[in-house]
Amino acid sequence: MTAVLDLRGIEKSFGAVQALRGANFLLRPGEVHALLGENGAGKTTLMEVAYGMIRPDAGQILSRGQTIEIRSPRDARAAGIGMVHQHFTSVPALTVEENIALAAGRRTPDHGADDQLTQQLRLGLDPRVRVEDLSVGLRQRLEIVKALASGARILLLDEPTSVLAPAETAELLTLLRGFAASGGSVVLITHKLAEVFACADTVTVLRHGRVTTWGPLADHTMETLAEAMFGGTLPEDEPLHPLSGVAPTEPSTHGPVVRLSNVSVPALDGRGPGLVRATLEMRAGECVAIAAIDGNGQRELMLMMAGLLPAREGTAEIATPVVLVPADRTTEGLIGEFSLTENVVLGLLAGGVVGTGDQSIRARGWIDWAQAEERTQELVKQFNVHAPGVWLRAGALSGGNQQKLILGRALEQHPAVLIAENPTRGLDIQAAMEIRQHLREAVARGTAVLFYSSDLDEVLSWGADRLLVLASGEVRELPATADRDQVGRAMLTPAGSGTP
Amino acid sequence: MNRLRQFGVGFLLPLALGLAALSLLLWGLDYDPSAGLRALWSGAFGSWYALTSATLVRATPLIILGLGFALAFRGGALNIGMEGQFLAGAIAATWVGVRVGAWHPLLAVPAVWAAGILAGALWVLVPVLLKLRLGVLEVITTLLLNFVAEAVVSYMVQGPLQEVSRVYPQSDPLALAAQLPLLGGTRLHLGFAVGLVLAGVGALIFARSVWGFKLKAVGAGPRAAWMSGRIPSARLLAGALLISGAIAGLGGAIEVGGVTHALFQNLSPGYGFTAIAVALLARGDPIGIVGTGLLFGALEAGASAMQRDAGIPSVAVSIVQATVIIVILLGDVAARRRRTLTVAPEVIEVE
Repeated sequence: MTAVLDLRGIEKSFGAVQALRGANFLLRPGEVHALLGENGAGKTTLMEVAYGMIRPDAGQILSRGQTIEIRSPRDARAAGIGMVHQHFTSVPALTVEENIALAAGRRTPDHGADDQLTQQLRLGLDPRVRVEDLSVGLRQRLEIVKALASGARILLLDEPTSVLAPAETAELLTLLRGFAASGGSVVLITHKLAEVFACADTVTVLRHGRVTTWGPLADHTMETLAEAMFGGTLPEDEPLHPLSGVAPTEPSTHGPVVRLSNVSVPALDGRGPGLVRATLEMRAGECVAIAAIDGNGQRELMLMMAGLLPAREGTAEIATPVVLVPADRTTEGLIGEFSLTENVVLGLLAGGVVGTGDQSIRARGWIDWAQAEERTQELVKQFNVHAPGVWLRAGALSGGNQQKLILGRALEQHPAVLIAENPTRGLDIQAAMEIRQHLREAVARGTAVLFYSSDLDEVLSWGADRLLVLASGEVRELPATADRDQVGRAMLTPAGSGTP
Repeated sequence: MNRLRQFGVGFLLPLALGLAALSLLLWGLDYDPSAGLRALWSGAFGSWYALTSATLVRATPLIILGLGFALAFRGGALNIGMEGQFLAGAIAATWVGVRVGAWHPLLAVPAVWAAGILAGALWVLVPVLLKLRLGVLEVITTLLLNFVAEAVVSYMVQGPLQEVSRVYPQSDPLALAAQLPLLGGTRLHLGFAVGLVLAGVGALIFARSVWGFKLKAVGAGPRAAWMSGRIPSARLLAGALLISGAIAGLGGAIEVGGVTHALFQNLSPGYGFTAIAVALLARGDPIGIVGTGLLFGALEAGASAMQRDAGIPSVAVSIVQATVIIVILLGDVAARRRRTLTVAPEVIEVE
């Protein structure tokens, strides 16, 4: 057996969510191995198992025919495995040199030990510059140098090119090929098929925690890989999200409430493409679903529409009130230390983009807490939030109840436009159904709903009036009847790049 | 009932432990603990004069500065520079106070206060701008400006503001019109009432105003405040820090107008720092700050009496203050532990 890394039958659950269901993965010396899969397929989890960040529930790890125990990233590094995460792990206040020394466990930098790849990577990285002053591309490069400096012969890279410009990407891929040619092994987690064909020897596709395809890249085309990632029938015993009984709404005859024309928004935190010249019209009572791989501009689109991010160019006309149900319940939707009442006041005071706010709980500069408490009590009852009282800290609610509170607070404002980002993520089936039901009712009442889910099955099973796909920041509309295959392929290719 | 229990556990118990620690220390150092505690008590509360002229006078700057700290702290900002803002306020108040001899007190006193307020706000303006523009932590900048303020005081009392006779490094006394009225027969000045009014206003703003609520939201969850409440954290915090500095500056003006009547070096025995403990012990609650301010004022008043009457060095009283702080902080940690253990685990996101 020559495999440098051999993961067998790896299983891992987080609560009710089964992330890995007996996944296998085989990495040979001298290869660049692409690991593909849609959002939530388990790619990162599998690599975090290999890197010792997550203990699997079942399965074993072998290296060169021997079973090895990887209990921590320290064990992984001792076994010659280095990981480059999506988020950077350098200390911003330290210099490049100091960060490398820190990663390598040395007191002082030792350039003599650098191999050829490291020396190549070091070009352009001034050792005395502080990391906080580096560009995103160079920080990414530093992450790789750090992994190599700690002696890695196996590099696990989690979407390394998502922050890079095309030229930087090409350069990185060349460097990775060089590393493989010198006998190292690379695992490249990515969504971008073009990169896979530019650089990989072998490919593994994960789908819902299982390997659907594995083998030499030469056996594949863009089409067969997209098919393996998204297409066709689901593996048996995959529960589809149950739909509630509401029929899809009639095509809307109301006037437009959203009119975007060539709107561009710079990427949040400088990562990803941002939103690129989006044009979109939405009518009252229309439900529009977004399918996209995480980080393709959907967040920028939604935050811009909610009035939280300014557009760099183009014009946006949006009817008010606009309310947002943000992706992260605990840090964006609610303040955990605040009571339910205080959290409701937080949202009602904001009141749409114009910031006029709810007048019933505020008179001039003062809050009417008795009124606010009453409103919260009604809301809690109406939206079936299970809580012993409205004085409870929001952080003590379960995820489903938190989301119901957020959604209730949003719908209380009778929004013209409601924007929901991953509104059912992490919720149990019952809570998710209630959330969907409330959103459908809002649509029926004439609210224009724009929602995004990183779970493609949820997007497709929703029964939305319209379907948008974002890829590399570009918005494209697909027929609402498009199947999984078509949507999956559209998610992988930007609108401008010819064949979907 | 709940409030009463909170008062007992959160206030009386730490205080009792602090006094016990002091007794133990005195006993260990061969002082007479009972004589020490008696002196401490009589110095702080033993007579009408002790209560008003020692305890309340010392509590006044602690209450005012504690309120200033609590305001910024509510929004999550740490104004460690109140000592400096206090001194800046004192300098400006003196500058105005020695020049308003011909004015009516109803004009002179507000003019002195306004000078202090303005100077305190100006002293925190630099940290605020650095925070907004460059993201420099206000903890560091406000702290460092304390030393600058001390140096400016020392320059002022040997230069522009030195007394006309040029003998001592101190300013001329403030004009009578600018000095605060005293409560008959005591040294208790109008500033104490100002502290109480500020606490009342603060309590109202914290509990009921939209601004106070937004400030709390920014302190407790700036991301949610922005995403769900459309609250611009940076602007709100800048405002809170400026007001915090203004309050500290007012504290300086009141100290000069009500107690010292002149500017000199070492004007403040670290009021700006003690006030942080005062505010934290009260958990930022304005009414609570009056209580903790009185406690610390009483301890410092008692400490002087202890030194005078029982020959015990007044610094010994810091063991009470330190014990009180430690016990309360430990109680907080324990409460937080208990809570985290009872909260349902958050759903872990996959990938």
